Amino acid sequence: MAQLETELQLLKTEAVNMWTLVNIQLSKARLAFLNFDKDLAREVVLKEKRVNASELKIDRDCENIFALFCPVAIDLRFVLAVLKINSSLERIGDIAEAIARYVIDAEAPFAPVLLDSTRILPMYKEAIRMLEDTQAAFENEDTVLARSVFKRDDLLDEVNKHVNKILEHHLKAHPEDTAQALWILSIIRRLERVGDQSKNIAEEIIFYLEAKVLKHKNKHN
Amino acid sequence: MESTIIKSRNFNASFGSNHVVKNVNIDIPRNHVVAVMGPSGCGKTTYLRCINRMHELIPGATCRGMMTINEEDIYTMHPIFVRLKIGMVFQRPNPFPNLSIYDNVIAGYKLNGIKLARAEKDRIVEHSLTRVALWNEVKDSLMKKGAFLSGGQQQRLCIARAVAMEPEVLLFDEPTSALDPISTSTVEDLFHELKANYTLIIVTHNMQQAARVSDKTAFFYMGELVEYELTKDIFTNPRDSRTQNYITGRFS
Repeated sequence: MAQLETELQLLKTEAVNMWTLVNIQLSKARLAFLNFDKDLAREVVLKEKRVNASELKIDRDCENIFALFCPVAIDLRFVLAVLKINSSLERIGDIAEAIARYVIDAEAPFAPVLLDSTRILPMYKEAIRMLEDTQAAFENEDTVLARSVFKRDDLLDEVNKHVNKILEHHLKAHPEDTAQALWILSIIRRLERVGDQSKNIAEEIIFYLEAKVLKHKNKHN
Repeated sequence: MESTIIKSRNFNASFGSNHVVKNVNIDIPRNHVVAVMGPSGCGKTTYLRCINRMHELIPGATCRGMMTINEEDIYTMHPIFVRLKIGMVFQRPNPFPNLSIYDNVIAGYKLNGIKLARAEKDRIVEHSLTRVALWNEVKDSLMKKGAFLSGGQQQRLCIARAVAMEPEVLLFDEPTSALDPISTSTVEDLFHELKANYTLIIVTHNMQQAARVSDKTAFFYMGELVEYELTKDIFTNPRDSRTQNYITGRFS
Protein backbone atom coordinates (compact mmCIF):
# COMPACT_ATOMS: atom_id res chain seq x y z
CA MET A 1 0.00 0.00 0.00
CA ALA A 2 1.35 3.43 -0.94
CA GLN A 3 2.28 5.65 2.01
CA LEU A 4 -0.41 8.18 1.09
CA GLU A 5 -3.03 5.44 1.12
CA THR A 6 -1.88 4.38 4.60
CA GLU A 7 -2.10 7.99 5.79
CA LEU A 8 -5.58 8.41 4.34
CA GLN A 9 -6.73 5.19 5.98
CA LEU A 10 -5.40 6.40 9.33
CA LEU A 11 -7.14 9.72 8.84
CA LYS A 12 -10.40 7.95 8.10
CA THR A 13 -10.05 5.88 11.27
CA GLU A 14 -9.39 9.03 13.30
CA ALA A 15 -12.43 10.76 11.79
CA VAL A 16 -14.63 7.75 12.55
CA ASN A 17 -13.34 7.67 16.13
CA MET A 18 -14.11 11.39 16.50
CA TRP A 19 -17.60 10.76 15.11
CA THR A 20 -18.19 7.97 17.62
CA LEU A 21 -16.95 10.14 20.46
CA VAL A 22 -19.20 13.06 19.49
CA ASN A 23 -22.17 10.75 19.07
CA ILE A 24 -21.60 9.32 22.54
CA GLN A 25 -21.34 12.86 23.92
CA LEU A 26 -24.61 13.88 22.29
CA SER A 27 -26.38 10.68 23.44
CA LYS A 28 -25.09 11.02 27.01
CA ALA A 29 -26.15 14.67 27.11
CA ARG A 30 -29.62 13.49 26.04
CA LEU A 31 -29.75 10.88 28.81
CA ALA A 32 -28.51 13.42 31.34
CA PHE A 33 -31.22 15.82 30.17
CA LEU A 34 -33.95 13.16 30.16
CA ASN A 35 -33.07 11.69 33.58
CA PHE A 36 -31.84 14.92 35.12
CA ASP A 37 -28.55 13.10 35.75
CA LYS A 38 -26.04 15.73 36.82
CA ASP A 39 -23.19 13.21 37.19
CA LEU A 40 -23.60 12.10 33.61
CA ALA A 41 -23.78 15.73 32.53
CA ARG A 42 -20.47 16.43 34.32
CA GLU A 43 -18.93 13.46 32.52
CA VAL A 44 -19.98 14.97 29.17
CA VAL A 45 -18.40 18.31 30.12
CA LEU A 46 -15.15 16.57 31.12
CA LYS A 47 -15.00 14.49 27.94
CA GLU A 48 -15.35 17.60 25.77
CA LYS A 49 -11.57 18.02 26.17
CA ARG A 50 -11.11 14.74 24.32
CA VAL A 51 -13.25 16.01 21.45
CA ASN A 52 -11.12 19.15 21.24
CA ALA A 53 -7.89 17.15 21.33
CA SER A 54 -9.20 14.89 18.59
CA GLU A 55 -10.12 17.90 16.47
CA LEU A 56 -6.61 19.33 16.79
CA LYS A 57 -5.03 15.98 15.92
CA ILE A 58 -7.14 15.59 12.77
CA ASP A 59 -6.42 19.19 11.72
CA ARG A 60 -2.70 18.56 12.13
CA ASP A 61 -2.84 15.29 10.20
CA CYS A 62 -4.71 16.95 7.32
CA GLU A 63 -2.11 19.71 7.24
CA ASN A 64 0.70 17.14 7.14
CA ILE A 65 -0.95 15.20 4.33
CA PHE A 66 -1.32 18.40 2.28
CA ALA A 67 2.29 19.38 2.92
CA LEU A 68 3.93 16.00 2.48
CA PHE A 69 1.82 14.15 -0.07
CA CYS A 70 0.11 16.83 -2.21
CA PRO A 71 -3.07 14.75 -2.62
CA VAL A 72 -5.09 15.16 -5.81
CA ALA A 73 -8.49 14.14 -7.17
CA ILE A 74 -10.49 11.88 -4.83
CA ASP A 75 -7.67 11.96 -2.25
CA LEU A 76 -7.71 15.76 -2.23
CA ARG A 77 -11.48 15.84 -1.89
CA PHE A 78 -11.29 13.30 0.93
CA VAL A 79 -8.81 15.35 2.96
CA LEU A 80 -10.76 18.58 2.33
CA ALA A 81 -13.97 16.84 3.37
CA VAL A 82 -12.43 15.42 6.56
CA LEU A 83 -11.11 18.86 7.45
CA LYS A 84 -14.60 20.36 7.23
CA ILE A 85 -16.36 17.38 8.82
CA ASN A 86 -13.89 17.60 11.69
CA SER A 87 -14.90 21.18 12.30
CA SER A 88 -18.62 20.31 12.18
CA LEU A 89 -18.13 17.41 14.61
CA GLU A 90 -16.28 19.65 17.04
CA ARG A 91 -19.20 22.09 16.97
CA ILE A 92 -21.64 19.26 17.67
CA GLY A 93 -19.36 18.29 20.56
CA ASP A 94 -19.67 21.86 21.85
CA ILE A 95 -23.46 21.58 21.62
CA ALA A 96 -23.46 18.34 23.65
CA GLU A 97 -21.35 20.09 26.27
CA ALA A 98 -23.70 23.10 26.34
CA ILE A 99 -26.73 20.84 26.83
CA ALA A 100 -24.92 19.05 29.66
CA ARG A 101 -24.17 22.40 31.29
CA TYR A 102 -27.88 23.29 31.17
CA VAL A 103 -28.59 20.08 33.08
CA ILE A 104 -25.87 20.93 35.63
CA ASP A 105 -27.25 24.45 36.08
CA ALA A 106 -30.96 23.55 36.14
CA GLU A 107 -32.55 23.46 39.58
CA ALA A 108 -35.26 20.87 38.99
CA PRO A 109 -36.06 18.11 36.46
CA PHE A 110 -37.70 19.40 33.30
CA ALA A 111 -41.50 19.36 33.41
CA PRO A 112 -42.90 16.45 31.34
CA VAL A 113 -45.63 18.68 29.95
CA LEU A 114 -42.99 20.98 28.46
CA LEU A 115 -41.04 18.05 27.03
CA ASP A 116 -44.20 16.68 25.39
CA SER A 117 -45.64 19.90 24.04
CA THR A 118 -42.38 21.14 22.50
CA ARG A 119 -41.55 17.68 21.00
CA ILE A 120 -37.95 18.16 22.09
CA LEU A 121 -37.45 14.43 22.75
CA PRO A 122 -38.28 13.16 19.23
CA MET A 123 -36.27 16.08 17.89
CA TYR A 124 -33.28 15.01 19.97
CA LYS A 125 -33.61 11.39 18.82
CA GLU A 126 -33.76 12.47 15.21
CA ALA A 127 -30.70 14.70 15.61
CA ILE A 128 -28.74 11.75 17.00
CA ARG A 129 -29.97 9.48 14.19
CA MET A 130 -28.95 12.03 11.57
CA LEU A 131 -25.46 12.17 13.00
CA GLU A 132 -25.27 8.37 13.18
CA ASP A 133 -26.35 8.10 9.57
CA THR A 134 -23.72 10.55 8.39
CA GLN A 135 -21.14 8.37 10.13
CA ALA A 136 -22.46 5.23 8.45
CA ALA A 137 -22.55 7.04 5.09
CA PHE A 138 -18.92 8.09 5.54
CA GLU A 139 -17.71 4.68 6.67
CA ASN A 140 -19.54 2.80 3.91
CA GLU A 141 -19.11 5.47 1.22
CA ASP A 142 -22.89 5.54 0.85
CA THR A 143 -24.13 8.73 -0.83
CA VAL A 144 -27.75 7.53 -0.85
CA LEU A 145 -27.71 7.44 2.94
CA ALA A 146 -25.93 10.81 3.03
CA ARG A 147 -28.66 12.33 0.85
CA SER A 148 -31.39 10.92 3.13
CA VAL A 149 -30.09 13.20 5.90
CA PHE A 150 -31.22 16.35 4.07
CA LYS A 151 -34.90 15.42 4.14
CA ARG A 152 -34.81 14.34 7.77
CA ASP A 153 -33.77 17.77 8.90
CA ASP A 154 -37.40 18.84 8.28
CA LEU A 155 -38.55 17.53 11.68
CA LEU A 156 -35.87 19.52 13.47
CA ASP A 157 -36.76 22.67 11.55
CA GLU A 158 -40.46 22.19 12.27
CA VAL A 159 -39.96 21.76 16.04
CA ASN A 160 -37.68 24.77 16.09
CA LYS A 161 -40.19 26.83 14.10
CA HIS A 162 -43.15 26.17 16.42
CA VAL A 163 -41.43 26.20 19.79
CA ASN A 164 -41.84 29.94 20.38
CA LYS A 165 -45.63 29.83 20.07
CA ILE A 166 -45.91 26.65 22.17
CA LEU A 167 -43.85 28.12 24.98
CA GLU A 168 -45.68 31.44 24.79
CA HIS A 169 -49.01 29.66 25.36
CA HIS A 170 -47.58 27.55 28.14
CA LEU A 171 -46.03 30.49 29.95
CA LYS A 172 -49.26 32.45 29.90
CA ALA A 173 -50.80 29.71 32.01
CA HIS A 174 -47.62 28.76 33.94
CA PRO A 175 -45.33 31.76 34.36
CA GLU A 176 -43.47 29.85 37.08
CA ASP A 177 -41.99 27.62 34.32
CA THR A 178 -40.17 30.54 32.67
CA ALA A 179 -36.66 29.36 33.60
CA GLN A 180 -37.34 25.81 32.35
CA ALA A 181 -38.92 27.12 29.16
CA LEU A 182 -35.80 29.16 28.44
CA TRP A 183 -33.57 26.12 28.97
CA ILE A 184 -35.72 24.10 26.60
CA LEU A 185 -35.77 26.85 24.02
CA SER A 186 -31.97 27.04 24.13
CA ILE A 187 -31.63 23.28 23.77
CA ILE A 188 -34.01 23.21 20.80
CA ARG A 189 -32.06 25.98 19.10
CA ARG A 190 -28.88 23.98 19.59
CA LEU A 191 -30.41 20.73 18.35
CA GLU A 192 -31.50 22.57 15.24
CA ARG A 193 -27.82 23.45 14.75
CA VAL A 194 -26.93 19.75 15.10
CA GLY A 195 -29.28 19.11 12.16
CA ASP A 196 -27.60 21.85 10.14
CA GLN A 197 -24.14 20.51 10.94
CA SER A 198 -25.23 16.99 9.95
CA LYS A 199 -26.45 18.37 6.64
CA ASN A 200 -23.12 20.11 6.12
CA ILE A 201 -21.37 16.83 6.85
CA ALA A 202 -23.60 14.99 4.37
CA GLU A 203 -22.71 17.61 1.74
CA GLU A 204 -19.02 16.98 2.37
CA ILE A 205 -19.46 13.21 2.02
CA ILE A 206 -21.16 13.71 -1.36
CA PHE A 207 -18.47 16.18 -2.44
CA TYR A 208 -15.75 13.68 -1.54
CA LEU A 209 -17.37 10.70 -3.22
CA GLU A 210 -19.11 12.27 -6.23
CA ALA A 211 -17.24 15.56 -6.68
CA LYS A 212 -20.59 17.35 -6.54
CA VAL A 213 -20.99 20.62 -4.66
CA LEU A 214 -24.43 20.75 -3.02
CA LYS A 215 -23.72 23.69 -0.77
CA HIS A 216 -26.31 26.49 -1.09
CA LYS A 217 -28.48 24.35 -3.35
CA ASN A 218 -32.00 23.08 -2.78
CA LYS A 219 -31.46 19.46 -1.80
CA HIS A 220 -35.08 18.43 -1.53
CA ASN A 221 -35.52 18.04 -5.30
CA MET B 1 -13.04 32.07 -27.71
CA GLU B 2 -9.70 30.26 -27.77
CA SER B 3 -8.29 29.32 -31.19
CA THR B 4 -6.58 26.05 -31.92
CA ILE B 5 -2.99 26.14 -33.06
CA ILE B 6 -2.02 22.46 -33.13
CA LYS B 7 -4.58 19.87 -34.08
CA SER B 8 -4.14 16.12 -34.48
CA ARG B 9 -6.74 13.70 -35.76
CA ASN B 10 -6.43 9.91 -35.67
CA PHE B 11 -2.71 10.38 -35.25
CA ASN B 12 -0.57 7.26 -34.92
CA ALA B 13 3.16 6.73 -34.53
CA SER B 14 5.23 3.55 -34.57
CA PHE B 15 8.75 2.28 -34.27
CA GLY B 16 8.73 -0.58 -36.79
CA SER B 17 5.92 -2.86 -35.64
CA ASN B 18 5.73 -1.22 -32.22
CA HIS B 19 2.63 0.96 -32.29
CA VAL B 20 3.35 3.61 -29.64
CA VAL B 21 0.84 6.41 -30.34
CA LYS B 22 -2.71 5.30 -31.12
CA ASN B 23 -5.40 7.40 -32.78
CA VAL B 24 -4.73 10.55 -30.85
CA ASN B 25 -7.19 13.42 -31.33
CA ILE B 26 -6.23 16.63 -29.63
CA ASP B 27 -6.66 20.38 -30.05
CA ILE B 28 -3.96 22.56 -28.51
CA PRO B 29 -5.25 26.09 -27.88
CA ARG B 30 -3.06 29.07 -28.80
CA ASN B 31 -1.17 30.80 -25.96
CA HIS B 32 -1.87 28.04 -23.51
CA VAL B 33 0.43 25.73 -21.58
CA VAL B 34 -0.48 22.10 -22.15
CA ALA B 35 1.12 19.38 -20.02
CA VAL B 36 1.41 15.86 -21.35
CA MET B 37 1.81 13.20 -18.70
CA GLY B 38 1.66 9.45 -18.36
CA PRO B 39 3.75 6.49 -17.24
CA SER B 40 7.01 5.61 -18.97
CA GLY B 41 6.44 4.12 -22.40
CA CYS B 42 2.97 5.65 -22.79
CA GLY B 43 3.93 7.47 -26.00
CA LYS B 44 3.97 11.02 -24.67
CA THR B 45 7.51 11.90 -25.79
CA THR B 46 6.96 10.19 -29.14
CA TYR B 47 3.81 12.24 -29.63
CA LEU B 48 5.72 15.43 -28.74
CA ARG B 49 8.45 14.58 -31.23
CA CYS B 50 5.85 14.00 -33.92
CA ILE B 51 4.65 17.58 -33.55
CA ASN B 52 7.88 19.01 -34.96
CA ARG B 53 8.76 15.96 -37.05
CA MET B 54 11.66 14.79 -34.90
CA HIS B 55 10.14 11.32 -34.69
CA GLU B 56 10.82 10.54 -38.33
CA LEU B 57 14.57 11.08 -37.81
CA ILE B 58 14.75 7.69 -36.06
CA PRO B 59 15.28 4.77 -38.46
CA GLY B 60 12.12 2.65 -38.77
CA ALA B 61 9.91 5.32 -37.22
CA THR B 62 6.64 6.00 -39.01
CA CYS B 63 3.47 7.96 -38.43
CA ARG B 64 0.05 8.42 -39.98
CA GLY B 65 -2.99 10.55 -39.40
CA MET B 66 -3.38 14.30 -39.43
CA MET B 67 -1.28 16.87 -37.58
CA THR B 68 -1.72 20.55 -38.37
CA ILE B 69 -0.44 23.90 -37.24
CA ASN B 70 -2.81 26.78 -37.97
CA GLU B 71 -4.82 24.35 -40.13
CA GLU B 72 -1.76 23.63 -42.27
CA ASP B 73 -0.64 20.01 -42.56
CA ILE B 74 2.68 19.68 -40.74
CA TYR B 75 3.51 16.58 -42.75
CA THR B 76 3.29 18.34 -46.12
CA MET B 77 5.49 21.21 -44.94
CA HIS B 78 9.28 21.14 -45.17
CA PRO B 79 10.58 19.75 -41.86
CA ILE B 80 13.01 22.64 -41.42
CA PHE B 81 10.16 25.10 -41.81
CA VAL B 82 8.13 23.09 -39.27
CA ARG B 83 10.96 23.32 -36.75
CA LEU B 84 11.23 27.07 -37.29
CA LYS B 85 7.59 27.36 -36.27
CA ILE B 86 7.82 24.73 -33.54
CA GLY B 87 10.90 24.92 -31.34
CA MET B 88 12.01 22.25 -28.91
CA VAL B 89 13.81 22.20 -25.57
CA PHE B 90 15.16 18.94 -24.20
CA GLN B 91 15.57 17.26 -20.85
CA ARG B 92 19.22 18.16 -20.33
CA PRO B 93 20.39 21.68 -20.99
CA ASN B 94 22.41 21.38 -24.21
CA PRO B 95 23.96 24.70 -25.16
CA PHE B 96 26.71 24.40 -27.77
CA PRO B 97 29.68 24.13 -25.41
CA ASN B 98 32.19 25.76 -27.72
CA LEU B 99 29.95 28.72 -28.58
CA SER B 100 29.53 31.92 -26.58
CA ILE B 101 26.24 32.80 -24.93
CA TYR B 102 25.67 35.29 -27.72
CA ASP B 103 26.34 32.76 -30.49
CA ASN B 104 24.24 30.13 -28.75
CA VAL B 105 21.21 32.40 -28.92
CA ILE B 106 21.55 33.00 -32.66
CA ALA B 107 22.76 29.48 -33.46
CA GLY B 108 19.46 28.65 -35.19
CA TYR B 109 20.02 31.39 -37.73
CA LYS B 110 23.61 30.34 -38.36
CA LEU B 111 22.73 26.67 -38.75
CA ASN B 112 19.98 27.55 -41.20
CA GLY B 113 22.33 29.79 -43.19
CA ILE B 114 20.37 32.94 -42.41
CA LYS B 115 22.64 35.96 -42.45
CA LEU B 116 21.82 38.86 -40.16
CA ALA B 117 23.27 42.33 -39.71
CA ARG B 118 25.15 42.84 -36.44
CA ALA B 119 22.50 45.22 -35.11
CA GLU B 120 19.77 42.71 -35.85
CA LYS B 121 21.73 39.95 -34.12
CA ASP B 122 22.20 42.21 -31.09
CA ARG B 123 18.49 42.92 -31.01
CA ILE B 124 17.57 39.22 -31.24
CA VAL B 125 20.07 38.25 -28.53
CA GLU B 126 18.84 40.91 -26.11
CA HIS B 127 15.19 40.27 -26.91
CA SER B 128 15.51 36.48 -26.52
CA LEU B 129 17.54 36.60 -23.34
CA THR B 130 15.10 39.12 -21.88
CA ARG B 131 12.17 36.88 -22.76
CA VAL B 132 13.72 34.05 -20.72
CA ALA B 133 14.68 36.36 -17.83
CA LEU B 134 18.40 35.77 -18.42
CA TRP B 135 19.47 39.12 -19.88
CA ASN B 136 20.25 40.85 -16.60
CA GLU B 137 22.31 37.87 -15.45
CA VAL B 138 24.48 37.53 -18.56
CA LYS B 139 24.46 40.90 -20.37
CA ASP B 140 28.01 41.61 -19.20
CA SER B 141 29.38 38.21 -20.18
CA LEU B 142 27.75 37.50 -23.52
CA MET B 143 31.01 36.35 -25.06
CA LYS B 144 31.64 33.75 -22.37
CA LYS B 145 30.97 30.13 -23.22
CA GLY B 146 27.43 28.96 -22.48
CA ALA B 147 28.79 25.90 -20.74
CA PHE B 148 29.98 28.08 -17.85
CA LEU B 149 26.46 28.95 -16.82
CA SER B 150 24.61 27.08 -14.06
CA GLY B 151 22.22 24.25 -15.05
CA GLY B 152 19.15 26.47 -14.72
CA GLN B 153 20.79 29.29 -16.68
CA GLN B 154 21.88 26.83 -19.39
CA GLN B 155 18.32 25.59 -19.73
CA ARG B 156 17.03 29.15 -20.02
CA LEU B 157 19.75 29.76 -22.63
CA CYS B 158 18.39 26.79 -24.57
CA ILE B 159 14.90 28.25 -24.31
CA ALA B 160 16.29 31.60 -25.52
CA ARG B 161 17.87 29.77 -28.47
CA ALA B 162 14.46 28.33 -29.34
CA VAL B 163 12.70 31.66 -28.76
CA ALA B 164 15.22 33.48 -30.99
CA MET B 165 13.73 31.82 -34.06
CA GLU B 166 10.35 33.38 -33.20
CA PRO B 167 8.46 30.10 -33.23
CA GLU B 168 4.74 29.89 -32.52
CA VAL B 169 4.97 26.73 -30.46
CA LEU B 170 7.58 25.55 -27.97
CA LEU B 171 7.89 21.87 -27.09
CA PHE B 172 9.52 20.87 -23.82
CA ASP B 173 10.57 17.32 -23.05
CA GLU B 174 11.01 17.01 -19.27
CA PRO B 175 12.62 20.46 -19.21
CA THR B 176 13.42 20.60 -15.50
CA SER B 177 14.18 17.00 -14.64
CA ALA B 178 17.92 17.78 -14.54
CA LEU B 179 17.54 20.99 -12.55
CA ASP B 180 17.57 21.77 -8.84
CA PRO B 181 14.35 23.08 -7.20
CA ILE B 182 15.37 26.76 -7.44
CA SER B 183 16.22 26.54 -11.14
CA THR B 184 13.06 24.51 -11.67
CA SER B 185 11.02 27.25 -10.05
CA THR B 186 12.67 29.90 -12.27
CA VAL B 187 11.91 27.90 -15.42
CA GLU B 188 8.33 27.26 -14.27
CA ASP B 189 7.82 31.01 -13.70
CA LEU B 190 9.13 31.49 -17.20
CA PHE B 191 6.43 29.23 -18.64
CA HIS B 192 3.75 31.55 -17.31
CA GLU B 193 5.42 34.52 -19.01
CA LEU B 194 6.18 32.73 -22.27
CA LYS B 195 2.59 31.75 -22.88
CA ALA B 196 1.69 35.36 -23.63
CA ASN B 197 3.66 34.98 -26.87
CA TYR B 198 3.91 31.25 -27.50
CA THR B 199 2.01 28.03 -27.09
CA LEU B 200 3.84 25.62 -24.79
CA ILE B 201 3.54 21.85 -24.79
CA ILE B 202 5.39 20.21 -21.92
CA VAL B 203 6.01 16.52 -21.37
CA THR B 204 6.59 15.96 -17.69
CA HIS B 205 6.78 13.13 -15.20
CA ASN B 206 6.37 15.62 -12.40
CA MET B 207 2.64 15.75 -11.76
CA GLN B 208 2.89 18.69 -9.41
CA GLN B 209 4.72 20.58 -12.11
CA ALA B 210 1.93 19.79 -14.57
CA ALA B 211 -0.57 21.05 -11.98
CA ARG B 212 1.44 24.21 -11.31
CA VAL B 213 2.26 25.36 -14.80
CA SER B 214 -0.33 24.10 -17.27
CA ASP B 215 -3.77 25.27 -18.33
CA LYS B 216 -4.72 21.90 -19.79
CA THR B 217 -3.38 18.42 -19.19
CA ALA B 218 -3.36 15.39 -21.44
CA PHE B 219 -2.99 11.95 -19.88
CA PHE B 220 -1.54 9.22 -22.10
CA TYR B 221 -1.64 5.52 -21.28
CA MET B 222 -0.33 2.72 -23.49
CA GLY B 223 -0.26 5.00 -26.52
CA GLU B 224 -3.81 6.28 -26.08
CA LEU B 225 -4.93 9.72 -25.07
CA VAL B 226 -7.08 8.78 -22.09
CA GLU B 227 -8.16 12.22 -20.96
CA TYR B 228 -7.52 15.81 -22.00
CA GLU B 229 -9.12 18.45 -19.82
CA LEU B 230 -8.49 21.65 -17.93
CA THR B 231 -5.68 20.96 -15.49
CA LYS B 232 -7.79 21.97 -12.50
CA ASP B 233 -10.41 19.41 -13.53
CA ILE B 234 -7.85 16.65 -14.09
CA PHE B 235 -6.37 17.18 -10.64
CA THR B 236 -9.62 17.60 -8.73
CA ASN B 237 -12.11 15.44 -10.56
CA PRO B 238 -10.69 13.30 -13.38
CA ARG B 239 -13.35 11.60 -15.48
CA ASP B 240 -11.44 8.42 -16.27
CA SER B 241 -10.52 5.95 -13.53
CA ARG B 242 -7.13 5.35 -15.21
CA THR B 243 -6.29 9.04 -14.85
CA GLN B 244 -7.42 9.00 -11.23
CA ASN B 245 -5.36 5.91 -10.48
CA TYR B 246 -2.29 7.43 -12.10
CA ILE B 247 -2.39 10.83 -10.41
CA THR B 248 -3.21 9.33 -7.02
CA GLY B 249 -0.35 6.85 -7.33
CA ARG B 250 -2.58 3.76 -7.42
CA PHE B 251 -1.50 2.62 -10.84
CA SER B 252 -0.81 -1.11 -10.99
